[in-house]
Amino acid sequence: MIEGALWRKWVFYNIPLILFVFVLLFPFYWMIITTFRPDGELYRPWNAANYMPFWTNNPTIEHIQYLFEETNFGRWMMNTMFIATVSTLISLFCGVLAGYALARLNFPYAGSLGTVIFITYLVPQTLLFIPLAQIIRNFELGDTPWSLILTYPTFLIPFCTWLMMGYFKAIPKELEECARIDGASRWKAMVYIIIPVAVPGILSSGIIAFTLSWNEFIYALVFLSSPDQKTVPVGVTSELIRGDVFFWGPLMAGALLGSIPVAIVYSFFVEHYVSGLTGSVKG
Amino acid sequence: MAVTAVSGMGTRSTPRLRRLEDERWLAMALLFPTALLLGLFIAYPFIEGVLLALTNQRVGIPGKWVGLDNFIKVWNDSIFRTSVWNTFWYTGVTTVFKLALGLWLAMLLNRHFKGKAIVRAFILLPFIIPTVLSTFAWKWMFDPTFSVINWSLFHLGIITQRINWLGDPDLAMASIITVNIWRGVPFFAISLLAGLQTISPELNEAAAIDGGGPANATHLFATYAYQIGIGTGLLSEGAAISLAMFPFLFLIVVVQLLYIRRVETR
Repeated sequence: MIEGALWRKWVFYNIPLILFVFVLLFPFYWMIITTFRPDGELYRPWNAANYMPFWTNNPTIEHIQYLFEETNFGRWMMNTMFIATVSTLISLFCGVLAGYALARLNFPYAGSLGTVIFITYLVPQTLLFIPLAQIIRNFELGDTPWSLILTYPTFLIPFCTWLMMGYFKAIPKELEECARIDGASRWKAMVYIIIPVAVPGILSSGIIAFTLSWNEFIYALVFLSSPDQKTVPVGVTSELIRGDVFFWGPLMAGALLGSIPVAIVYSFFVEHYVSGLTGSVKG
Repeated sequence: MAVTAVSGMGTRSTPRLRRLEDERWLAMALLFPTALLLGLFIAYPFIEGVLLALTNQRVGIPGKWVGLDNFIKVWNDSIFRTSVWNTFWYTGVTTVFKLALGLWLAMLLNRHFKGKAIVRAFILLPFIIPTVLSTFAWKWMFDPTFSVINWSLFHLGIITQRINWLGDPDLAMASIITVNIWRGVPFFAISLLAGLQTISPELNEAAAIDGGGPANATHLFATYAYQIGIGTGLLSEGAAISLAMFPFLFLIVVVQLLYIRRVETR
């Protein structure tokens, strides 16, 4: 490679890319370093002498211990996991069936039904939570995981349905027709031929739905009240900030540990996640 | 597996299954669970919310019908007007930056280099991590006394005095915008990258739902509606505030739907 091309490559590609990656990932580095930094170092003013913000020589796990011993963090993780998993499964079940019907069946008003489902995604949560709280109370679901398991599908189902519609549309009609000629009923053609082909799409929507419900905040804040019922985002926010005082060490430890499950799910299925997000699943 | 399962079903001739041969019946059956859940937890509360906005209900006090009073009150409320303006400003600015930076990042990623897959996987982290939690990391980085950003700028010789990032209203807005852009850029970059890499870039419906950001547009309205509705217990006014943003959202939806139609029929 010629000299000129090399420095140009650095100036126009590598350095900007490194800067992007640095800025995008720095907050996570900051979470990690704060988690393991002792309080004495944490609360040293920014202009203090000998202050090393980017490293610590005295790593500690006191903040993580605090999280598990003084708060219900373990419970919050379990709650969030349970709620996210079950609401994802419910939404996938509904979304796959509805997506199939809207994409592959001929029936009156199919198009307008798709539009209606799209619009439901945009009804603001803030409008819904006040009347929803009433409904939750009537069903006596308040302060239980079921209040969230049943309400999260309201934003997950439209999402899954639309993603699956795109996916089902891309599967050739002939596949189904062959099965029908071989004597399979409509129902069986769907369950045993089309849905298995759509598994990558189902995985994509499942992963995205899982991360969306793991991250949800408003409903969890409004419908849950006792400390041992909370989800991670709400628990960390409500128990580690007392008035104006932020417990930064445990708070960052909670943010870090609370992010790990979604990060793991994501890392296993990165390709599915990305393709679900961008629609290149249709390949 | 599929074969054994097919033979295991053996219910070919029950009338119920034969009815599912009719596409209309099958469609109804398949849409039933979705219709049930969305009807019960969206349509019903939505109507309730609209009705609530037309009363003067507060926590513990049953409301009376007041017609459009809440909306008139909200319209004359200067905080509401500020939050409308902030919402537009905030959404506009963040979208422009996300698009520009996202396009730049996508172009940087749209070539072959070592570790591309890893970089692509890692840069999406801001988007998938719970917003509430990553916002705290930023809040800690912007802390007036312990800010690492101040430390860095000071040691680089850019500033001599500390900057109170979240204390000053303009700086606070800029900080919030920064965090929002930080979270959105990876999504835009990855979406645009997919567009750059496929031969016929197709707009995915789901991406359109999540990426464009009507959810973003609701953000500041949402905060205000929450404060009024739950914070102060003025349920009906909170409902009116959140309803007030519905026409804007509807406009965005219509534009998005038209766009999807156009892309699909192309």
